[in-house]
Amino acid sequence: MKELVILSGKGGTGKTSITAAFASILDNAILCDADVDAADLHLIASPDIQKESDFFGGYEAVINPDKCTQCGLCEEMCRFDAIHDFCVDPFACEGCGVCYDFCPEKAIEFPLKNCGKWFISDTRFGTMVHARLGIAEENSGRLVTLVRQETLKIAQKKKIDLILTDGPPGIGCPVIAAIGQADAVLTVAEPTVSGRHDLERVCQLADHFKIPVMTCINKYDLNLEQTDKIKALAEEKGIAVVGQVPFDPIFTTSMIQKKSIIETDETSQASQAVKKILDNVMAQPVMKNKSVRLNLL
Amino acid sequence: MIISIASGKGGTGKTTVATNLAFSLEENVQLLDCDVEAPNAHLFLNPQINETRQVVANVPAVDESKCNFCKKCMEICRFNAIAVMGKKTVFTFPELCHSCGGCMAVCPEDAISEVPRSLGTIELGQINKIDPSNKIDFIHGKLDIGQAMSPPIIKEIRQTADNSMTTIIDAPPGTSCPVIASMNKTDFVLLVTEPTPFGLNDLSLAVEAVRLLNIPCGIVINRSTMGDDCVSEYAKKEKVPVLMEIPFDKNIAKAYAKGDLIVQALPEYKSKFLQLFEQIKTRLAQKEGVI
Repeated sequence: MKELVILSGKGGTGKTSITAAFASILDNAILCDADVDAADLHLIASPDIQKESDFFGGYEAVINPDKCTQCGLCEEMCRFDAIHDFCVDPFACEGCGVCYDFCPEKAIEFPLKNCGKWFISDTRFGTMVHARLGIAEENSGRLVTLVRQETLKIAQKKKIDLILTDGPPGIGCPVIAAIGQADAVLTVAEPTVSGRHDLERVCQLADHFKIPVMTCINKYDLNLEQTDKIKALAEEKGIAVVGQVPFDPIFTTSMIQKKSIIETDETSQASQAVKKILDNVMAQPVMKNKSVRLNLL
Repeated sequence: MIISIASGKGGTGKTTVATNLAFSLEENVQLLDCDVEAPNAHLFLNPQINETRQVVANVPAVDESKCNFCKKCMEICRFNAIAVMGKKTVFTFPELCHSCGGCMAVCPEDAISEVPRSLGTIELGQINKIDPSNKIDFIHGKLDIGQAMSPPIIKEIRQTADNSMTTIIDAPPGTSCPVIASMNKTDFVLLVTEPTPFGLNDLSLAVEAVRLLNIPCGIVINRSTMGDDCVSEYAKKEKVPVLMEIPFDKNIAKAYAKGDLIVQALPEYKSKFLQLFEQIKTRLAQKEGVI
């Protein structure tokens, strides 16, 4: 079994549309939506939720005004500037518990916080594990790790060949959580100066964690000069370019119809290009080697 | 006045709106690129960087000769960033540390001190415009590769900024902590979206976040001719004003791909961005008036 994580650095390059297209071609894959912050894969996969669970991602301090003597120690000790006028600002509170531990009056409560939900669903593409982080919550990395662990468990039980993980944008906490121990990363690049800039950063990140990277270029014909520069960058870094997809309104029309581009029109140029990319991805040595994977992420 | 530009979904045009708005204004303005994981504004504005500052987090360093291995530090740490093994060794895991200072405060032997660890950098610079009487002060941040925590860098940018100036903040995508750190304590949030199901889904999450923070907001619909009317209907239903629509235009896409501003490629857009700014000002003035 292999896990392929789709990333891009920059948002909006087509990660989710390409993941959905792959899902409609593959027979024995499981879907994992690791973009828990602004998840979109469910809009195409139309999941039928089988199991819904709460995600407790951390703690939050709350001052009990009846017990508080307004000594001010908590405000003094809080490194996050989260306590003012003997009240905790929930957006600034990091959940470290220092105020709770040091309050001489034991006037601070520190309840576990429900930070979101995660789901196991049936879809027409197979099983999908996905989540929704609560609005303005922290610990997206932990929720990403949880979703990936649950996907792995199901994949092992059902003898799935491939875990397709739709990753979040950026290079920070949730992205790091999305790639740990994955077999390979496929980056979806867009031929713009910003797309190339962010691609470079995400490739550096994958390299930092020693995860093999390949790249494909979406909307490649929007700017051929930038497309060439991306290819040159890939060559320089030893990254396989597994294909390119032309700019095609089918991405938008499919999204509106809640379909993958393959389902909308398998013969379209974009669909053909995506099929070729998947073939090339699966032909890469990293996707063919036998991998020994620990159960722990 | 501080305007933050957010979206929920990535790639909808936050940076486009932020940079073009900043460049169009006929006054001194400050642009803060708070997308420290994937900062892009500099690619369009080419600022002259005058200063680079390291952003560090303080993490514990344990003097084992003073340590009595009581494990109080390990017990207080909610992030599993410090572990006491038997009576011999203390391990620290700097990547997991949130710099709360709890371990140091709880240690009865005064065996813990703090050492700085790099999270990234912020860069300060300036963009000169053709009209020399006004300029853009620029600050952006870059998260070091492999570092997880971007909020401390975002906070550093916001603390470094001059809050008396008209300020435009380019926020990261999503709705979690980095976005909150970018939007919090701003006067107005502009939400840039595209009229597609993905755009709408992520916009509605972003609107929820903005409402939690209790900040007035408005919508910019980018590539407004490529999709359906789901976003306009949502805006009407939720009573969020649509302040600008930018149609899909291959010339805009081409300019963007090269790293050019819309207002450079299509100068007629300057007045549209100025109008957008006036609308925000009017809305804020009305709100003040009500209070």
